[in-house]
Amino acid sequence: MQPEIISVSADTLVGEVARAKFEGFRFVTLSCTESGGDSVDILYHFDKDLRLKHLRLSVLKCSTVPSISAVYFAAFLVENEIQDLFGVRFEGLVVDYERTLYLDPEVAFAPFCTVGAQNSNREQTVTQPGTADS
Amino acid sequence: MLKTIIPFGPQHPVLPEPLHLKLTVEDEIITGVFPALGFVHRGLEQLVHIRDFQQMIQVVERVCGICSMIHATCYCQGIEALMEIDPPPRAKFLRTLWCEVHRIQSHLLWLGLFADCFGFESLFMQFWKIREKVLDINEATTGNRVIVSVNVIGGVRRDLSTEQMQWTCSELSWVQNEIACLKATLLSDYTVKKRTVGKGVLSKDKAFELGAVGPTARASGIAQDMRLLGYSALDQLDFEPVVETDGDCYARSKVRFQEVLQSIDLIRQAVSRMPAGEIRTKFKGRPAGEMFVRVEQPRGELFYYIKANGTKHLERLRIRTPTFANIPALLGMLPGMWLSDVPVVVLSIDPCISCTER
Amino acid sequence: MFQMMPNILKNLFFPKATRRYPRVVRSPFESSRGALFNDIEKCTFCSVCELKCPSQCIRVDKKAATWTYDPFACVFCGICVDICPPNSLYQKSAYRLPVAGRELITLTGVPRPKLEKKT
Repeated sequence: MQPEIISVSADTLVGEVARAKFEGFRFVTLSCTESGGDSVDILYHFDKDLRLKHLRLSVLKCSTVPSISAVYFAAFLVENEIQDLFGVRFEGLVVDYERTLYLDPEVAFAPFCTVGAQNSNREQTVTQPGTADS
Repeated sequence: MLKTIIPFGPQHPVLPEPLHLKLTVEDEIITGVFPALGFVHRGLEQLVHIRDFQQMIQVVERVCGICSMIHATCYCQGIEALMEIDPPPRAKFLRTLWCEVHRIQSHLLWLGLFADCFGFESLFMQFWKIREKVLDINEATTGNRVIVSVNVIGGVRRDLSTEQMQWTCSELSWVQNEIACLKATLLSDYTVKKRTVGKGVLSKDKAFELGAVGPTARASGIAQDMRLLGYSALDQLDFEPVVETDGDCYARSKVRFQEVLQSIDLIRQAVSRMPAGEIRTKFKGRPAGEMFVRVEQPRGELFYYIKANGTKHLERLRIRTPTFANIPALLGMLPGMWLSDVPVVVLSIDPCISCTER
Repeated sequence: MFQMMPNILKNLFFPKATRRYPRVVRSPFESSRGALFNDIEKCTFCSVCELKCPSQCIRVDKKAATWTYDPFACVFCGICVDICPPNSLYQKSAYRLPVAGRELITLTGVPRPKLEKKT
């Protein structure tokens, strides 16, 4: 018995998530996994009355995905974790750690991604986080 | 008004595991919180590429040092659902029994730490004295105190004889009597109430919006308990989720205290309804496909996403532990608190950071 | 205000709840999983224990007939004991004593001759 997963694209993502919030779904988490080749799958999980609903978003590695932390505030933590571990950036994050949640500021590549993502990540500038407040 | 930034953690006498919070404080009242994680990140999810799917049971048990059996149960249930293996009924009852013993042990640990965080060390020692008896039950029946390693894919490894089950029930009766003596101290004492009532209030709407799970959500009035899903013999046992409505630290401690008594009752029901039979089914083959599993940990809803591709190594294992979901809820509780209430409020969500940053 | 009093009085007049370890040691439970031992006479060096061990602490060399075990990497889960075909591995109920230095345990047995194929 395979679970039901609805596919979305980067354009329809925030709309679907807002609809889930309107229908009263609770945010559970995001999961990210490599789906072969150059793409990663990001899965969004929601829960209502012990019933799970999933959305799947397939993107290329090192691409930018709109953030849902404006809709569900609790998503900011797991989106930062995916930024750290996979080569995906989220735009519009409510609180952005800029890849320092788990990793040190000197680390320039994402651990869970294979070589293809590492090379292009080194070209991206990783800005230092707000060291003024440490 | 001048703002000061005070670092809370990562080393703090109150915290069982390192968590860093940057508190923005104006004249002793918290106005902003900025969390920082990553102090115990061990990269356990990456181990799926090195250890095969059966050796991963032992790895997954060591994600958390307090609720380890429940991680193993969740993982085994996921793999069994992928491979369509049905463990025998006796194995399901035994798993439920050991999971509830773990829940009692975890809540007693928290009750002790909670008493310690506002300085009540003698109550802390009393709770941990009772907890030792529960750990003895674990060791006598499974072989180890906390990381019990009784789960295998297809069932459990150890059986319980009738004498062992009766001994477990009599030990739990002792636990119940001892806890009854401490109930008045924990819930009616003047100083305990002064430190916990009205602190860290989380309203029902805010708890739902911020995605709170477990006792943190149940203390705010949301009757959410993953055990109602009816996994592994829980559909044959009767229980109701323990719910309080105030949403403060006092309500959370009341919920956890009641859950200890509820778990003792569940164990007695499981022992009386335990069917006879095998404890393990054999299986062949390797898992393939995707599966989502949820169980109720002492701290809340544990969510597993397992992706397998037919080889002996899993492709992806994603673990979302309840403390990960409760940290945004903590950020909603802290603004408006006095600085001296921060340790009590942080501990009231039962932070298990090694679970959070597996 | 005085809710803790019955408890305090009980603790004053009844025996202590703690043990004076290491002078007083509790005897282990029967089914506790303690130190691992191998009866090398029975071992067939099939290396199933090496394959299944979650912490990879056993190394088996069939030709030289040696069984090497790292007691400090072992997590005492008991999986090797459960699956050992000749039942040569067993666990005692007492945990291993603390020692000053880390050492591997190497046991050497008799190499098993290859079974001749029946024609």
